[in-house]
This record gives sequence, C-alpha cells and structure tokens, in this order.
Amino acid sequence: MKIAVTTSGDSLAAPMDSRFGRAAGFLVYDTDTKVLQVVDNAQNLNSAQGAGIQAAQTVAEAGANVVITGHCGPKAFRVLQAAGITVYNCEAATVQEALGLFGEGKLLTASDADVEGHWS
Amino acid sequence: MKVVIASGKGGTGKTTVAVNLAWFLANCGRKVQYIDCDVEEPNGNFFISAHFSERIPAFVMLPAVDQQKCTSCGECSSKCRFNAIVRLPGNTMIFPELCHGCGLCLLVCPTKAISEDEREIGIIERGMGWGGISFVHGVLNVGEPMPNPLIRKVKEQGLADHIQIIDAPPGTSCSFVETISDADLVILVTEPTPFGLHDLKISVEVARARGRSICVVINKDNGIFRPLEKFLEERQLTITARLPENRKVAEVYSEGNILLEELPDYRAHFSSIAAEVFRQSENLMHSPMGVLP
Repeated sequence: MKIAVTTSGDSLAAPMDSRFGRAAGFLVYDTDTKVLQVVDNAQNLNSAQGAGIQAAQTVAEAGANVVITGHCGPKAFRVLQAAGITVYNCEAATVQEALGLFGEGKLLTASDADVEGHWS
Repeated sequence: MKVVIASGKGGTGKTTVAVNLAWFLANCGRKVQYIDCDVEEPNGNFFISAHFSERIPAFVMLPAVDQQKCTSCGECSSKCRFNAIVRLPGNTMIFPELCHGCGLCLLVCPTKAISEDEREIGIIERGMGWGGISFVHGVLNVGEPMPNPLIRKVKEQGLADHIQIIDAPPGTSCSFVETISDADLVILVTEPTPFGLHDLKISVEVARARGRSICVVINKDNGIFRPLEKFLEERQLTITARLPENRKVAEVYSEGNILLEELPDYRAHFSSIAAEVFRQSENLMHSPMGVLP
C-alpha cells in the first residue's frame, strides 16, 4: 500500500503541509517495500486555478491508495474519491508522526471535503 | 468607437461617469450605446431607464467525454491551461466551473472522444433607454465563477456605428483585462484616497501593457491628496476632468438620477471628457486602423 503525505520536505522528519492542492509536494511511502518517494507539486502549487484536482491526479499517478493531509477541498476530494484513494485528515507535525498515527489506526477517514475550496 | 470607463477600486464613480457621459453625448446628438460589462453587479440600467426588449441566454462550450472512446491517454488533461480536466485510468473528469470553453481538448484528443456540449452562464438583456440610448448588459448566474466569457458576448453586441460607452467591472484582474482588450479609449476614474491611487497605479500599468490609450478623471476631487497629483505628473497622465467633491452627487446617485440634470454645474466637466472622446475618435479616423463614428 502506498501512502501520500503532504509536506514541504523530503524526509520522514519533514513537517507536514496542512494544505493539499497547494502543498509543496508529497512523500509517498510504500508500506510493502519501505521505499520513500518524493513527488513534487510545484507546478500545481503555482497554478492559477485547479491546483487541488491536479494534485489529486498527481498522487493518483504516483499510485497512492491513501492520502494524509491537513485539509482537502471539495473538487480535490471528488477526484481522490473517483480514483479510489482514501483521505485522512491529520494535524501531525511531521510526516513520520502522521504515518505513525495512521499505522496505529488513530486517523479517521474523511467522508467528505473538510474545507471549502481556496481555504488557506 | 469603444470607450471603456474603469477604475480598479470600486465606488470611485465609474457608473456615474459612464452614465453621465452617455447622457452628454446623446444630448450632443450622437448615437450612443451603453454597454454594462459589470456582469456580476450590473446597475447601469437603472440610470439609463432601460426597457428590455430582448433576453438572450449566454452559453459557453463545455466538453463532454465519451468514456468508451477515451483511452485515458491524458493529452487533454496535460494541455488544458485551466486545469479543468483530470485524467484517471478509465475516467476522464471535466470540471465545468474551471473550464473556459476554449475547445483545445477537442482538438488534441487523438480518439475524438470529446464532443461539444454547452452550459448556460448567464443572460444578455438588450433594449433602449432615455434619449435614444441603446442599452445592453449581461447578468451572470449566481455562483458562476467566470465572468469573462459573458463579458465577451456582451461586447459582441456592440454597434459599430455608435459611440459605445462601456462600464467596466471593478478590479484590475481578468474581467477588467477582458473589458479593455479592444478599447479605443480607457477612461480611468480615480479618487483622492490611498485606495484609489493604489488601484489607479495597477490599472494604468495593465492598460498600458495592453497598449490602450488612457486618460484620467478624478472624482470627489478636493485637490489636497498630493501623492495622486505626484503620480499623475510623474507618469504624464492626462487629467481630463476633476469632478469636485460634493455630497449632493452621492444623493443624486443614490436616487438613480442623472447628475447632469440635477447639478448642471458638472456639465462643463463632461464637456471636457466628451472632447477627449472626440479627439481620440479623430486620431483613430486618421490611423490606418479604421474609421469611427
């Protein structure tokens, strides 16, 4: 299973980015191979519109099954849902902490977008 | 001839200048058309007393994907400049609220899986107002995020043999750029406040970048805001008129009346603005670009 966490860094110790569409990037952790992959989101981050849905496409292309982020808007949520990706909202400080909470089953599945678009 | 009245900051007096300039020109015996491009909050019709004879729904093209023909190649999604298309395996999703209806996706799709559908974004209303002024405006549907396609369609209603007085939406972003895109003259209305000046600076920059002729009208003028005077001097901008600050003006406006009828002292100022319009019209007549009324 691949878990994508929104972050501005490239290691497990990196801080989580609470935004989804305009996060600097994603760390995709493969629980089977234990491989950590950095996925850049700079292009979407700077787009005039549609950052969330393109970011959702990016994580889908990276093969993620799970997204852990601070907040997710309605359009991005629709794409993630269509791609069969489960979204978890999390306020952890670092990527490692977020993955830890997920592993312990302490995160709740988001059943809908938890913010309006352009919330941040 | 297309004369756009714009300001950046809201509430500086765009509509006041536009309506009264239309009134003045109509009283000079000119053929005038009032075009309200403030499609999110059109209100020129109240002042012009427009009686609408026609309501035309406005549509934008909306692509529709045939998922059977779609191979999920991602061409449409990667070429869309508005991020309106998402390609997921076996599911290409269109986001209507982001789509500008440009049609590029139809052209790039290698399997012709995308066809043209349409979506209503608002209406255009046409009619006549007092003094034989031809009137047209657009009303954007509530919740519709993109005014530009409607602004474009409203401007298409422009009558070539009329002086078109075009009331621009406030702000200095896309809808402003769209409105001034083919203007022969942009009259920037400003006020002697830091907010007015801030937006005037941006408006001047945008209008110049678009190669438009500009002149400035200072509304609510009290002659004491030095930074504005300094900016206008430095940038060598023509001050076409200074409309004196007067509480009466706001009262006349709030009652939906015509300033030049209620306060005839202001007519001299509008005579100067009209003269600038005629001067630009003369210039255009002698330019290779074409002939104007």
